[in-house]
Amino acid sequence: MLCQECGKRPATLHFTKIVNGEKTEFHFCESCAREKGEMIPGTSGGFSIHSLLSGLLDIETMGKNATGATKASQTLRCEECGMTYSQFSKIGRFGCSSCYKYFDDRLDPLFKRVHGSLVHVGKVPKRGGGRIQVKRKIDDLKQELQQRIQQEEFEEAAELRDQIRNLEKEISGQ
Amino acid sequence: MPNLRFTEKALSDWMRGQGNDSDIVISSRVRVARNLQHLPFPLLANPEQLEEVLERLTDIPNQEELQSLGTFYMIKMNEIDSLDKKVLVEKHLISPNLASESPNGAVILNEDESVSIMINEEDHLRIQCLYPGFQVRDAWDRATSIDDVFENHVDYAFDDRRGYLTSCPTNVGTGLRASVMMHLPALVMTQQINRILSAVSQVGLTVRGIYGEGSEALGNLFQISNQITLGQTENEIIDNLHSVVLQMIEHEKNARQHLLDESRVRMTDRVKRSYGILSYAEVMDSKEAAQRLSDLRLGIDLGIIEGPSIAVMNELNVMTQPGFLQKTYGHDSNVEDRDMCRAKLIRETLAIS
Ligand SMILES: [Zn+2]
Ligand SMILES: [Zn+2]
Repeated sequence: MLCQECGKRPATLHFTKIVNGEKTEFHFCESCAREKGEMIPGTSGGFSIHSLLSGLLDIETMGKNATGATKASQTLRCEECGMTYSQFSKIGRFGCSSCYKYFDDRLDPLFKRVHGSLVHVGKVPKRGGGRIQVKRKIDDLKQELQQRIQQEEFEEAAELRDQIRNLEKEISGQ
Repeated sequence: MPNLRFTEKALSDWMRGQGNDSDIVISSRVRVARNLQHLPFPLLANPEQLEEVLERLTDIPNQEELQSLGTFYMIKMNEIDSLDKKVLVEKHLISPNLASESPNGAVILNEDESVSIMINEEDHLRIQCLYPGFQVRDAWDRATSIDDVFENHVDYAFDDRRGYLTSCPTNVGTGLRASVMMHLPALVMTQQINRILSAVSQVGLTVRGIYGEGSEALGNLFQISNQITLGQTENEIIDNLHSVVLQMIEHEKNARQHLLDESRVRMTDRVKRSYGILSYAEVMDSKEAAQRLSDLRLGIDLGIIEGPSIAVMNELNVMTQPGFLQKTYGHDSNVEDRDMCRAKLIRETLAIS
């Protein structure tokens, strides 16, 4: 589910507000929730994002305030295998490959800390990885093209430019 | 019938080969972690899904193509007893995790045991290649070609941005763990080891002791491996490990020379003492055995004594482990029996070598 505010990032905070028996659902990504100030919109009790994130609120106290909000890390879950983010952070293992997608918002700091980088640059499977291989080939050719131009080797440069164009057509057509 | 040839001999045939710098680097290992698309990782997979993983990874065309790289045998974990599993762990052919946590797991081994392919360990597929001495590059070349064989037949869980997706976030990206096992007695004796190990950890490598509990290194054996798997190419990872290990070899050599120059008599005494004790002791625990064997190995490397070959020394390292001793001397041996068995086994091995 995507964030209802930006529509780009997956929603990781889910709230249900109940006012006079009427339920309204909210789904935000973390950065949009932060941008909206520390408060969840419409909560008269003044629940801060931080108290939500640190797990200070439980469902019962929420119910008493007639407002149902659930903590993101508890309900942020992989729709594929059912693992929640808090389970993941406890055992340090993903449950399936889709966890990477559902927890994506939270993974950058983790990968930064463990690996110092966020993006894979190594081997790519021949099947299923064709597109990225072509992209990398294009990057290599572009670099070579720059060199050729600098060295005023224009015939070779023209050839490279054609190659790049063909490859770019190839991946845009896919 | 499960194939039992792999638990009868202590030393894998690949360890009999000679590698570069094999006086200091005992072995090189590369492990590649892969998972199949659309199936949960073994942690959350049910028995039927694990069975499906096994079937898809060992289907006929895949097996045939694999056999073109050598003769391979499959052992399912539920077909062998816990002692055989223990021996496979002591020979580094399977992980402790596969032995104890994976009833639906299996391992595929080749004739000389230099290739070990684990199925349903922490990841669906773990390809491990072992080489004697300092040959981490060769180990990678082989692992990647075996990886290609599997990839011809199955779709891996792969993401453009994150690379190969693994159960543990510390393996994501390349899924590559390259490691070397080093014998570093002189760096330990000259008390330089901690400084060097902390320097090594600054450049993205991890060090741990082998066979010891926690960080304690029994027998001065250390395993150096890459920590980073994401954001570097496989070649960069291998090159980084390679160049750091080269420097460590240099340091160890210098420390050995220093010991010879400064205290040749003490060194010679220490080596010969250990040789004597190994040759005649009646009781020996695993800790003492590891230390004495390390002394003996160093003495042979330095030409202080003409002892057994390095292959025999490697064999003794494995043979003196608890599981293997139990295998050799029967199931119900207690600790004291085992220490007597260990001493006997070492005595007899050294007597005929
Ligand atoms: Zn948003
Ligand atoms: Zn999942």
